[in-house]
Parts: sequence; C-alpha cells; structure tokens
Amino acid sequence: MPDTAHFEFLLRLGDSCLVLGHRLSEWCGHAPELEEDIALANVALDLTGQADMLLAEAARFEGKGRDADALAFLRDAGDFRNLLICERPNGDFAHTIMRQFLFDAWQVELYGALAASSDKALAGIAGKAVKEAEYHLRHSGEWVVRLGDGTPESHSRAQDALDLLWPYTGEMFEADETVAALVAARIAPDPAALQSAWTRTVDDVLAEATLAKPPSGWMQTGGLTGRHSEALGHMLAVMQVLPRSHPGAKW
Amino acid sequence: MYTQGLDQRAPEGAAKAADDAAALVAFQARIDAEEKIEPNDWMPQGYRRTLVRQISQHAHSEIVGMLPEGNWITRAPSLRRKMILLAKVQDEGGHGLYLYSAAETLGVPRAEMVEQLLAGKAKYSSIFNYPTLTWADIGAIGWLVDGAAIMNQVPLCRCSYGPYARAMIRICREESFHQRQGYELMLKLAQGTSGQKRMAQDALNRWWWPSLMMFGPSDKESIHSSQNMAWKIKRVSNDDLRQKFIDVTVPQGHFLGLTFPDPELRLDEASGHWLHGPIDWTEFNRILAGDGPCNRERMAARRKAHADGAWVREAAAAHAAKRANRQRAKAAE
Amino acid sequence: MTDNRMEWPLWEVFVRSRNGLAHRHVGSLHAVDGTMAAELARDVYCRRAEGVSVWVARSADIVASDPARKDELFEPMVSKVYRHPTFYEIPSDVKNI
Repeated sequence: MPDTAHFEFLLRLGDSCLVLGHRLSEWCGHAPELEEDIALANVALDLTGQADMLLAEAARFEGKGRDADALAFLRDAGDFRNLLICERPNGDFAHTIMRQFLFDAWQVELYGALAASSDKALAGIAGKAVKEAEYHLRHSGEWVVRLGDGTPESHSRAQDALDLLWPYTGEMFEADETVAALVAARIAPDPAALQSAWTRTVDDVLAEATLAKPPSGWMQTGGLTGRHSEALGHMLAVMQVLPRSHPGAKW
Repeated sequence: MYTQGLDQRAPEGAAKAADDAAALVAFQARIDAEEKIEPNDWMPQGYRRTLVRQISQHAHSEIVGMLPEGNWITRAPSLRRKMILLAKVQDEGGHGLYLYSAAETLGVPRAEMVEQLLAGKAKYSSIFNYPTLTWADIGAIGWLVDGAAIMNQVPLCRCSYGPYARAMIRICREESFHQRQGYELMLKLAQGTSGQKRMAQDALNRWWWPSLMMFGPSDKESIHSSQNMAWKIKRVSNDDLRQKFIDVTVPQGHFLGLTFPDPELRLDEASGHWLHGPIDWTEFNRILAGDGPCNRERMAARRKAHADGAWVREAAAAHAAKRANRQRAKAAE
Repeated sequence: MTDNRMEWPLWEVFVRSRNGLAHRHVGSLHAVDGTMAAELARDVYCRRAEGVSVWVARSADIVASDPARKDELFEPMVSKVYRHPTFYEIPSDVKNI
C-alpha cells in the first residue's frame, strides 16, 4: 500500500470537510433565524474539526514536514482534492441546505464504513465523526422536507437547488486507482456499496419533501484530480490571505 | 455584550403615576431585601420598561456584534483560529438569544424587538459601528471589548430581575473564554514579525478609546442612573467600572509591549489608579446618533439577513402547520 | 409593521446535565415544532457538553401558579415546622435516628 495513495485519499476526505465547513461558516451572522444561525455554525465547526484531524493524518503520511495548516493555507486550488459540490457557492438557504443534505447522506455512509477501516487512526476519526455526520444529516434532511413541502416558493427554490446540484453527486462514487488501491487494502469502502445506501436515504427524503429526483445524466467531475470550478480560487484567495501575505508568521 | 444606552431616555413619568403607591413601597422593600423579581410578579411599569429596553439593547448588541468579528471568520489564519473565532461569534448569537428570551418573559415578542432594531428605533452598543480592518482587531475586540463587557456584565449577574440575572450568569461563564482567546491572539502578534506587531499596535490604537466609551457617560451626566441603582438593575457606576477596567487592562497592554494612545495615561501612586485623559464624548454621541463608520452597513446586513430569511421562516411554519393538520386528520380517522 | 404571524412559537428548554439528575429549566427558544425545538436546544443550550438529555415544552402550554396568590399558596407551609426532622429533640445518646 503506497503512502502516496493513502495521502491522496486523506486529502480528499479532509479537503471536502475544510471547503464545505468554510462555505457554511460564511453564513455565520446571516442565517434566516437566530437558532438556525447557531445550528449551522455547529455543523461548520464539526466539519472544520474533522478537516483538522484528517489533514493532520494526511500530512503524516506525506512525511514532508508539513502540518494541517500548511496543507490548508499554502496549497493552490489545483492541489485541492475536495468534491466539487463542497465548493459550490452558498446561494440561497435552499441551495446551502440541499448541498449539505446530499453531502451528509454520503458522509454518514462513508464514515460508517471507515469506522471499520484497517487504518486504525482513520477508523478512530471516522468513528467519532460519524456521530456528527448523523446529526448533520438529520438536520439537513428535515430542512429539505420543510422546504420541499413548505410553501410554493420554498418548494420551487428547493427543486431548483436539487436540479442544480444533482450533477455534482456522481463524484462521490467515483472509483479511480487511488480508491481501488485503498479498497484492496481494506482502508476504504467500495464506492458502489456506498451509492446504494446513499440513494435509499436520498430517495426517502426527496419523496417526503415532494421533490422530483432529477433524471440520472451527465455528471460533473474533476475535484478528485484537482480540476476545480472557478469558485474555489476565489474562496482560497480569501481563506489563505493572511498566511500567504505573512510568510513564516505564527498565529 | 453590553448595556450602554441605558441612560439615554427620560423615565416614563405618566406610567409611574398609575402605579399604586403602596405597591411601589412593597416592591422596593423586596428589592432592598435582595429578593429576585420573577416574570409574573407585580412590578412598576417603569421597572418593566427599563428592563425591556436594557435587555433588548443588550441582545441587539450581541447580534450586531456578530458582524464585525464575522468579517474575519473566512480569513482566520489557521484551522485552530478559524474554529475559535467561529465558536466565539456563534456564542454571541447564543447570548443574543438568551437575552431575547429573558426580555420575552416581560411580555414582548422577539419579533417585535427585532423589528424595532431593523427599523432603527432600538439602540445597540456603538462599539460595533467601528470597522475590523485587520486580523489584530479580532484580538483587540476579545481582549478590550469583551474585557469591558465582562466588567459590565459581572454585576448584572446580581440584577434584581431573575431571568436577566440567570441569562447573565450563563453569558459570563461563556464569555471568559472570549477575553482570554483575544489576549492570547494579541500575544502571538506582539511576539511575532514586525508586520504582526504593527498590526497589534494599530488595533490597540483604534480600539482603546471606543472600549472606554463602552461604560457609558460619566455618572455626573447620567440622568436616571440613580433609579436603576435603587432597583438594582444597575449595580456599579459607569465611572467605577471604567476605572476598574483601565486598572486591570493597562498592565496587560504593557506586558504585550504595546503603548496606549493616551499621552495623559499615568499611574497615580497615591490611589493606585491609572489616570486617563479626557474621553471624546462628541464622537460617542455622534456614533450613537447613527453617524459612525459602519452604522449603515451593520443595519443593512441585519436587514438583508432578515429579509432573505423570510421565505425560510415562512416555509418552516407552513410545513409544521401541514404536518399538524395531517396528524389531526389521522387521529380523527 | 411587525409580522408576528410568522414568528415561530416559543419553547421552554429543560436540560439533564447527567444521568441521575433531574431536568432543569435553562431558557427558551423559537422553533416550528417539538422536533425542531429539541434539536435546536442542543445547539443553543448544550454547546459546552452541558447535557445528556433535553425536554422542550411549548411556553404557552405551561400552567403556572399565580404569583399574586404566593402567600396563600405557600406561606401556610412555612409554619408547619413539625414536618422537618430538626423539630424533634432526641437525646444525643440515641444513635441511628
């Protein structure tokens, strides 16, 4: 099992948490209701905490003396390995919630499987994080139902968000050489197995939300190999500004 | 985070006259005996109004206070700092919520208080109308603004109104991490590169005087401080709190190797107090009246969040109503 | 101008800090229904691991005693000192009582 594949896989996990956590943190102080502001910040905090642990593990596997902060703040967009769905701009609340729901449903399955990983450190992180992910899924799933089966306006906003984000869901289940190597080493689960469980969760919630699942068609790809959307560069320009403009400074 | 503006309006004389004189005496006796007043207890109209005004202003301050610090959440320079700042701003949202809850026990719906804020009819602490220009401002706010807020808030934990006192106890417990993280942030900068040190000094220069103004006008200028003292809504004078804050903060700043933007600041050996130069109350009053660097932006941000969220709040309520109807229909079958 | 129609109802929140202790009132929040209230209570009132269980109840559903009747309701109990064990004098030589 080469460490490079392991490193690559941990980066994918960590970067997705980091980027989505960052997006959610943009809501802080601006959410539709005070209680929800606090709830969204908790999800963002959980994801950032997961990113911290996963990137620290990635840095360890890389073995080049970098730490989690160096990975987060000193890499260019092309070196990020997050799912494209995570970097999608927040849009309206329906968009943010739908993005979160599609991601949470995947993360719950993924962490559930990773908790039994042959990589004990990763299994430990996943075992803790799966509890957080389950809560996130409950929260986002309930909101999808509220918005889908709420008012005509909320229904149409939720459906628009779903239609827009759907092409970004294929990437969650992509299997390339990195994944194949990790599956073979019993470190990571088979994406196909995750997909069926994910589909069940998504179908159930969308049905309750009276939302129409988009037809399966062409899927966006590129995040896992570093080919991102325009949005990520802007996000990183903001996120990385201080460490980049004060080289070597400690914070 | 803070309760300034309390002394800005005249007491309601007419409402007061309506209260039964004997009841007023009995009420004051309870206060004097350090008894707590609870939501449904009889209370003078003036007491109720003062509390609603003070607690809601305090809540508004927490909510508006999320904005200047929130300005740096996406630019926090490490994962640790990102989590600390997000958790801190989130706490402020929580504090606003606890305070709105306390005010709601006096019979005013939160929607009404929020509406007053958004309509520009309610005050909030003017400190949040200053901009956060560099990362060091996040440290300065934690250290100075939260430090001043804690000075103000600790006595409020003993406020005569039970729900307010309980909210303040919870808030003070959570707030102590805010000040410490701010000072730690400043310490890192003060020990850092020359660019970081410059940032720290600049932040102290800009936040020092506004922090002193947070304690409100001098007691000599304050019109109904004495009534609020008698009611034990306010327990320590503005000037005493301000002096206490200066005395503890100046040595902390010197430890950082920073200077204070007050040429008259000196230690008076006889009293042991740090004496300060005159405070520019014209600046304070101007910002309070709406003309500060960020008053309009802060209100615009709150109004936008509220307006953008309207369809969400409505959808959630509509869904809950549908669900309740379905359950009723099912039960009737 | 105030649109109270849209304000979510108010809920009272009770938190059990650890098993073995009773739920204790900690404050209130706004939520559309009980499910949402219980979940938000975790985010609003348990950010520092303050609880292992929450109860929520619609504020409007709570029936409280009338504070104006406090004296007639509770004062008569103050004089019933014989209900308290300290009322009884037992010689110090008698043990285990």
